Amino acid sequence: MRRYVFGRLGQVILTLLIYVTLVYFLLQAMPGDITMMYLSNPKIPQAAREELKKQLGLDQSLFMQYVSYMKNFFRGELGVSFSQYPKPVWDILMEKLPRTFVLFLTANVFSFYVGFVMGKVIAWRRGKVIDYAATVVGITFWTAFYPLLALVVIWIFAYNLKWLPLNQFIDPRLWSAAPFTANQVFGNMVYGAAIIGIGIFFIFYYLLRGLKPSRRSRAQAWALACALIAAVLFVAARKGMLIYIWDITRHMILPVFTLTLINFAGTMLLMRDSMLETVQEDYVMAARAKGLPDKVVRDRYAARTALLPTVTSLVLSLASSMSGGMVTETMFSWPGLGQTLFAAALSNDYPLATGALAFTGIFLLIAHFIADILYAVLDPRITYTGQSGV
Amino acid sequence: MNELVPTHETGPASLAEPIWKIRWKLTRRSLRQNWEIFKESRIGMLGIILIIAFGIFGAMWPIMINTVWDPMVYDPVVGFDPMMMHPSPPSGTHLLGTDPIGRDILAQLMHSTGREFLLGVLSALITVVIGTAVGTAAAYYGGLIDTFFMRIADIILLFPFIPLLVVVGAMVKLSFLPFAIIMGVLGGFGGITIILKAQALSVSVRPYIDAARVAGGSNFHIIVSHIIPNVLPLSFLYMMFSVTSAILSEATLSFFGVLNIDMSWGMMIHTADVAGYLFDFARYWWLWAPAGLAITLFCAAFYMVGRGLDEVVNPRLRKR
Repeated sequence: MRRYVFGRLGQVILTLLIYVTLVYFLLQAMPGDITMMYLSNPKIPQAAREELKKQLGLDQSLFMQYVSYMKNFFRGELGVSFSQYPKPVWDILMEKLPRTFVLFLTANVFSFYVGFVMGKVIAWRRGKVIDYAATVVGITFWTAFYPLLALVVIWIFAYNLKWLPLNQFIDPRLWSAAPFTANQVFGNMVYGAAIIGIGIFFIFYYLLRGLKPSRRSRAQAWALACALIAAVLFVAARKGMLIYIWDITRHMILPVFTLTLINFAGTMLLMRDSMLETVQEDYVMAARAKGLPDKVVRDRYAARTALLPTVTSLVLSLASSMSGGMVTETMFSWPGLGQTLFAAALSNDYPLATGALAFTGIFLLIAHFIADILYAVLDPRITYTGQSGV
Repeated sequence: MNELVPTHETGPASLAEPIWKIRWKLTRRSLRQNWEIFKESRIGMLGIILIIAFGIFGAMWPIMINTVWDPMVYDPVVGFDPMMMHPSPPSGTHLLGTDPIGRDILAQLMHSTGREFLLGVLSALITVVIGTAVGTAAAYYGGLIDTFFMRIADIILLFPFIPLLVVVGAMVKLSFLPFAIIMGVLGGFGGITIILKAQALSVSVRPYIDAARVAGGSNFHIIVSHIIPNVLPLSFLYMMFSVTSAILSEATLSFFGVLNIDMSWGMMIHTADVAGYLFDFARYWWLWAPAGLAITLFCAAFYMVGRGLDEVVNPRLRKR
């Protein structure tokens, strides 16, 4: 296992190098350089431009430029943003990263869970009305035009019903006197959510293990789960963070909802196909013949095996769900990596755009890495020698 | 190919028909059988119906502009109707209303349909040709070629396409054809290669491949006439999904205004957006709803056909 992890880590670092190189040369291949920005300014003479080129090191060979770029990149010096001059790109990106992380993680967990449950159910009821209805609705959202879907969601829930805020990720009036920065609150939210998630998983796992869990253990499980949530919320309230957490959560609901709508169908359809294959296996028939309840056969026997291919595809779809997330961020003015990237690209802020692109790549690489390890843990058939069979 | 398998020319005398005729019959029979399976899938049929409907809709454009509509008024890019305020709601003269600069929405919608077909099919075709060639080569030769292309696929899988193309598009405005080619090439070296390679790998270990090699078939012959025909159904399936992703990317990038395309469904929404009409969402519904619906339905149609084909290609999904 350790060898596998280190092997993957080596591959990840290599891929990262290639990725950053590609991003660098891609942007080099674009027409013009930084001095072109001054070309249209008649007050700056040719000689001054040459001087500037020298200062910026643009008179050196492409290879030398590349080497110094890579050196700076791994030192965390990504240059200075043009549009938010003189803020360093690194600082801007570090500020935005947690927001994208929270949104991306929450939306992916939700859409994966919704897709998993729906896929399980519609595969079990194949050919029934619910199967067709869920498939058609799912495909429609899956292929929906994201920006427009985001606008429709905003219009319905924020503009007409006024349930939730329109956009942004915090309410500035509330936060002007806040004792924390938004990112501190974000960090604590991630911890809290992790504790609640893992806690609830274990509570339900231990108390509802048997074939027919009694009503008492069911009640116990729910009570314990509620108690855990209450305890976490109590800690947050003691720290005086609760109101800020609520504010961020309120702002998060719509983007997460939109992303879930867009993404759940992918998992759902895969889960359906994978389930259809699994239910034909002999051991599922054996479980049925034993007289196990239908739900137990579905959830404990078929769905667990069917989950594996779905996890593989989750790994493959991370990049596209990132793309969707970035569009969603832009539509909801969620100030994360995606919105920064789009704004930077559209305002020709090259250092920021390059940095954001590189950061997105690193972010995805780490996500890939974690998903790979997760997959290896889930599927004991994977050999840890670095080769994954196929 | 015939010089590789010379026995065909001097085949058994009992064959009453030429070999191509028998092959043609076999192909037709298998097509008919597959069509029977495909028909069972209602989702796939729904997709086919939608695609045909879009086809008719797009084919009506040249007829309409040449007979019924005055090109001065109804041209999708430079048309203008001087008789009314713009944007005007749907009326008798403009069935879906006009956009903020006085162009007919229905005409734009129809004009774009053909272009979207072209874009989707062209880029999907490029994707599939590259994916099939690279995937089968990687599976058959293995070794260095395999490692090289799989690493490329890994890296491309890592790229978030849309942000990347936004950054590129903001610097060089891509026009229609380069965009289709870029989408096709990126798709072709990406995830589809991995899937097709897995399929080709499972084909290339079958006994008939060994038989072909023993019979003296060259590598090229084995790949072209034994492996690729068995990978093609899966390629065709993924072609449908590629169409969807190409069109969606085009629409999204057009919406952000980074493509150099004069008219497309995404462009129509972009026009409404930059003129500020999307802020009053419900009042100016005809500016975004037709185009948005067209994008979604068009992509969904191809995706549904893909789902239907899945049941043909993947026998384990069929009803028992």
